[in-house]
Amino acid sequence: MVQDIAINGDNAVALAWKQIDPDVCAAYPITPQTIIVEKFAEYVANGEVSTEFVCVESEHSALTLCTASASAGARTFTATASQGLAYMWEMLPITAAMRVPLIMAVANRAVSGPININNDHGDCMSARDCGWIQLFSENVQEAYDMSIVAPRIAEHVDVQLPVMVNLDGFVLTHAVERMTMVDTHVIKEFVGEHKPLYPLLDVKHPVSHGNMDGPDFYYPHKYQSVLAMNKALEVAQDVFDEFAKISGRQYKLVEEYLCDDAEIVAVILGSSFGTMKAAIDEMREAGIKVGAIMPRVFRPWPVADLAKCMKGKKAVVVFDKHLSIGAYGPMFPEVVAAASDLEKLPKMYNVIYGLGGADATVAGFKKAIEDVKSEKAEKVTYLGVKA
Amino acid sequence: MTTLALKDLNELPVRLASGHRLCAGCAESIIAKQVMMGSEDPLAVSCSTGCFEVSTTIFPYTSWNTPYIHTAFGNGAATCAGLESAFNALKRKGKITENINFVNFAGDGATYDIGLQALSGAMERGHRMVYVCLNNEAYMNTGIQRSSATTIGAQTTTSWPGSVSSGKKEYSKDLTQIMVAHNIPYVAQVSPHNWRDTVQKSQKAFNCGGPAFINAISPCPRGWRFPSDQTIAMAKLAVETCVWPLFEVVDGKYELTADSARIADGKVPKKPVTDWINAQGRYKHLLQDRWEPVIEQMQAEVDRRWEKLIKLADL
Repeated sequence: MVQDIAINGDNAVALAWKQIDPDVCAAYPITPQTIIVEKFAEYVANGEVSTEFVCVESEHSALTLCTASASAGARTFTATASQGLAYMWEMLPITAAMRVPLIMAVANRAVSGPININNDHGDCMSARDCGWIQLFSENVQEAYDMSIVAPRIAEHVDVQLPVMVNLDGFVLTHAVERMTMVDTHVIKEFVGEHKPLYPLLDVKHPVSHGNMDGPDFYYPHKYQSVLAMNKALEVAQDVFDEFAKISGRQYKLVEEYLCDDAEIVAVILGSSFGTMKAAIDEMREAGIKVGAIMPRVFRPWPVADLAKCMKGKKAVVVFDKHLSIGAYGPMFPEVVAAASDLEKLPKMYNVIYGLGGADATVAGFKKAIEDVKSEKAEKVTYLGVKA
Repeated sequence: MTTLALKDLNELPVRLASGHRLCAGCAESIIAKQVMMGSEDPLAVSCSTGCFEVSTTIFPYTSWNTPYIHTAFGNGAATCAGLESAFNALKRKGKITENINFVNFAGDGATYDIGLQALSGAMERGHRMVYVCLNNEAYMNTGIQRSSATTIGAQTTTSWPGSVSSGKKEYSKDLTQIMVAHNIPYVAQVSPHNWRDTVQKSQKAFNCGGPAFINAISPCPRGWRFPSDQTIAMAKLAVETCVWPLFEVVDGKYELTADSARIADGKVPKKPVTDWINAQGRYKHLLQDRWEPVIEQMQAEVDRRWEKLIKLADL
């Protein structure tokens, strides 16, 4: 029986993982991820999961332990945020290069400094070149659903890459929303038995993991990851389609909202997609033809689907919750690149918003888009900043 | 198996193949082979980044005829703990049936310095694994830079002797004692010149049921500046001078072993550190008159640590 419950984002992630019942979880506490590990520890304490749960002494060790555990053949997950992800950074590309399909929830939070515990995308965006698949969630339901689809994508025989499930810190991690569960036995069947490739603990067939590459092999190995990442696009959509059958919720590589007849399209990630939809509803009432898209999958970058949504539009406004100081928001150049093969390039704008938990409001989004509509907008707008 | 008969040890699988790319005279493969002889059960190995890792796993080759993993430099203990955690989970679920032992090999830089946090964490958490430090007393893989395991007076490429310097200024960190303070079931110091002592200690380490730490002196011809056919002699000298005492701490109880026990009992004389200094180019500059106080300091510290150890062993 499907069941509706009231739950916050962190607990929803923990619940998904309880239902999956992974082999190993190693994690270290950091706000706003902490509830995930606290809740999971409770499941462990009450024997509700059979997971080997390891409370490590740092995030560096968390991801290291999980990488080794996944290499050993165990289905493994962890969770972190902000400084924790930064502390893991050395291991991020190693995990991906070792092609281990582990899952990590990231409770997106600003990166120090100045130290700040609130939400933005500084953590996951700074990890974007590390070879991980990145999924984004708009609400608690999606954080739960993405946690369930993630292992299917990661463990696909042609993918074998780690997956980050992003959920906005506090906005989703601590907000209680209504959510529809999927039955545990249905999830177990959907996720299936873990069938690791070349598991290290198969002592009868010893393998070496994490060898050193010279130039003859380093580059080809990176290229193999490119091929796997490309394949992951197709796999992700297949898994989304299959998930729709068990949940009734259909996800797409790029989620659209009123794009078909739109003249202006906003591109935005995570919980702000919801805020943007509200802004669009109000602007539509005022007769402004505007729509929005959210890349559900940020890595691999769904170029073709993005281009389709931007085709024939007058302007595209990319909302970034992070900033590459001295250039643009991290998503902006990528959206421009995705649009670059269109016959007629829309006018491209970048809006930086919400850094360190700064308010992301309907009014702010409307103002930014209306400025584009009236051709008053700068190339890059620092929305709502008080200089 | 607790046999130390060479005939029996020869029956064990060869887990590290010849043909690796360690320098001539390197002690690391010798120590690793002795340690691995301590595990009759299948063994999964992790290596921290360093000489041993680089030299045994240059793709598309591997010297490892047993499961092997490397991830990074400062996290060997966490890597090994990851294998052990996976084992626990998969064993519980019946996906693995036989016992497997776990060992991490790491240099002194990866152990005393950058990897100390991960090591401390893994030991505190009680993972059933043996952590082996191949201690050649400097960052040899990057070209002989000082670590906190480097002894006072030693020349390294970041602690040069010069007109105002006698080499490294500080004493080495006494890491073995730090590991004892973790109250783990087994801690030992070993030297490759005494294979019997090393294999026996390794057997105890693998069979102690929890985390074990073995610190091995690993003479390095390149870094210490001695001929590459003198490795074992150098390891022996480290023990004879009490620069590197052989001992073990089982459930908190200290015991001097082998050569060191004989020195403590007065059956064999304790050699002066000048024998140690004279044998290695890294201390050559100390032979100048003006650095004589450094030699005295070094002898005094060796004596102090040795006396302390004897007291601990008498407890």
